[in-house]
Amino acid sequence: MGKAWKFGHDIDTDVILPARYLNKSTPEHLAAHCMEDAGTNFAQDVQLGDIMVGGKNFGCGSSREHAPIAIKACGIKVVIAESFARIFYRNALNIGLPIMECPEAVAGISLGDEIVVDLATGTIENQTTNTKFQARTFPPFMQDLIRAGGLIPYVEGRKKNA
Amino acid sequence: MSMTITEKILAQHAGLDEVVPGQLITAKLDLVLANDVTGPVAIQEFAKFGTENVFDPKKVALVPDHFAPNKDILSAEQCKVMRDFARKQQIEHYFEVGRMGIEHCLLPEQGLTLPGDLIIGADSHTCTYGAVGAFATGVGSTDLAAGLATGEAWFRVPESMKFIFQGTNFQKWVGGKDLILYLIGKLGVDGARYRAMEFTGDGIAALSMDNRFTMCNMAIEAGAKNGIIAPDDKTFAYLEGRARRSYPLYYSDADAKYLEVQEINVADIPLQVSFPHSPENAKSVQEAGGIKIDQVVIGSCTNGRLEDLRIAADVLRGKKVHPEIRLLVFPGTQTILREAMREGIIDTLIEAGAAVSTPTCGPCLGGHMGILAKGERAVSTTNRNFVGRMGHVESEIYLANPAVAAASAIKGQITHPEEVS
Repeated sequence: MGKAWKFGHDIDTDVILPARYLNKSTPEHLAAHCMEDAGTNFAQDVQLGDIMVGGKNFGCGSSREHAPIAIKACGIKVVIAESFARIFYRNALNIGLPIMECPEAVAGISLGDEIVVDLATGTIENQTTNTKFQARTFPPFMQDLIRAGGLIPYVEGRKKNA
Repeated sequence: MSMTITEKILAQHAGLDEVVPGQLITAKLDLVLANDVTGPVAIQEFAKFGTENVFDPKKVALVPDHFAPNKDILSAEQCKVMRDFARKQQIEHYFEVGRMGIEHCLLPEQGLTLPGDLIIGADSHTCTYGAVGAFATGVGSTDLAAGLATGEAWFRVPESMKFIFQGTNFQKWVGGKDLILYLIGKLGVDGARYRAMEFTGDGIAALSMDNRFTMCNMAIEAGAKNGIIAPDDKTFAYLEGRARRSYPLYYSDADAKYLEVQEINVADIPLQVSFPHSPENAKSVQEAGGIKIDQVVIGSCTNGRLEDLRIAADVLRGKKVHPEIRLLVFPGTQTILREAMREGIIDTLIEAGAAVSTPTCGPCLGGHMGILAKGERAVSTTNRNFVGRMGHVESEIYLANPAVAAASAIKGQITHPEEVS
């Protein structure tokens, strides 16, 4: 169970991780500045297992993988959004940051709600309001990528099986 | 089967006769690109693969442009990681400060991005190379690491959207930047999400290559996977003497399927200004008139090419930058800088009161060389005006073409170029 951090539409990667911090790329450094320009104390107050909720086009803008790395290193269990920008979507899968597309859940979750997510089945449960949602499933190839734990173990595994 | 230019390039690189939108493919890469921000992370991930060497040192480009010349010790360390890797791997296209440029100006100029190529770059504006008829798209560092190791990447074949720009009766000073800002204003920043944007029509045929690069550069700002313009005589003229290898030509079939086709008459497009804090907040320059500013930036991978500097100089010739304005000019590459010197452009800009820099991405992403303070406003020819993009979280960026930017520098407020000519 985790607390929901809710943000709006078009959350861009400059907001997730401002460029002024891109001169160092350790996960701890990036986590310390995550969502710094969103006007919250997110990086200070986020707890291990919390979830992040965004509107449409989450992660638009720069290709910087530092953005999903920062979110993951903060302890966020999963990002739920109405939709994701394509480079962020790829980057999240590639580094093993779980993401879910579910507009209904986004509409049904408020800041601070207690949320339980089952990544295997794609179910999202809002325990604060006692409601349940079902996220869209990934195509089989992406499920394989997720199961392998990201792109590198996936590619290495394919080479071994070739 | 009929296909779009994007589908044909993807099919050919996947070794398939045909592909359809939504299909997941693995395709061979012609060029793999990274910079000093994304490169070090990719190099770290590359080390996790069971391979010592990159797939082909001739097909890798590494460009230190974001925080280079190094703005601080941390940046210097990052650039060193990339430099050491380039030397160890004998990367042919590593460009050191003094011989480099902003990656998306530099690589086409060097003849490294050719029609029919499939290119990935760990920078979202990699889509710029669609202007020469390549399929080029931005990825993250892990994708790049896999590309470095295997020479391949996975793709979901995108649906294509066709934008037909009709007519050649452009309003005065209107260029590629105005066409693309206008289009992003219509579509929104996710209007082309996951899709290919194909630009065509008389209006595109009439545009110079520099203007076409500007348009494809900003396809990502509509959420697109790639922007693309089929090669024509202007493309061939640009590539003459630059292309380092022969290239195949692909064109969309007349009956290719598009998710959407939009027709836009170029005569209807006025000079554009995108208001804070999103490129989709595009309005006419008249609607922006009178907004007081503090800084003007002319340059970047969007509008740092020779023609952009020439336009800025035409507006600024014999005039002075407003006493309360800082005008910063960033030529895209060393070659552009040198050409601009030969033509007297640089002298004109400095005479007017501009600061001219060596090529760097610095100010565009609030890295260095032009950071905004709290409450300050800038007019910029760059591609993004997100919150905090160029400095303080309470600063503002207005996106515009080089003519509007130069005119605004003279007046100290957002200005139509006609008002200063």
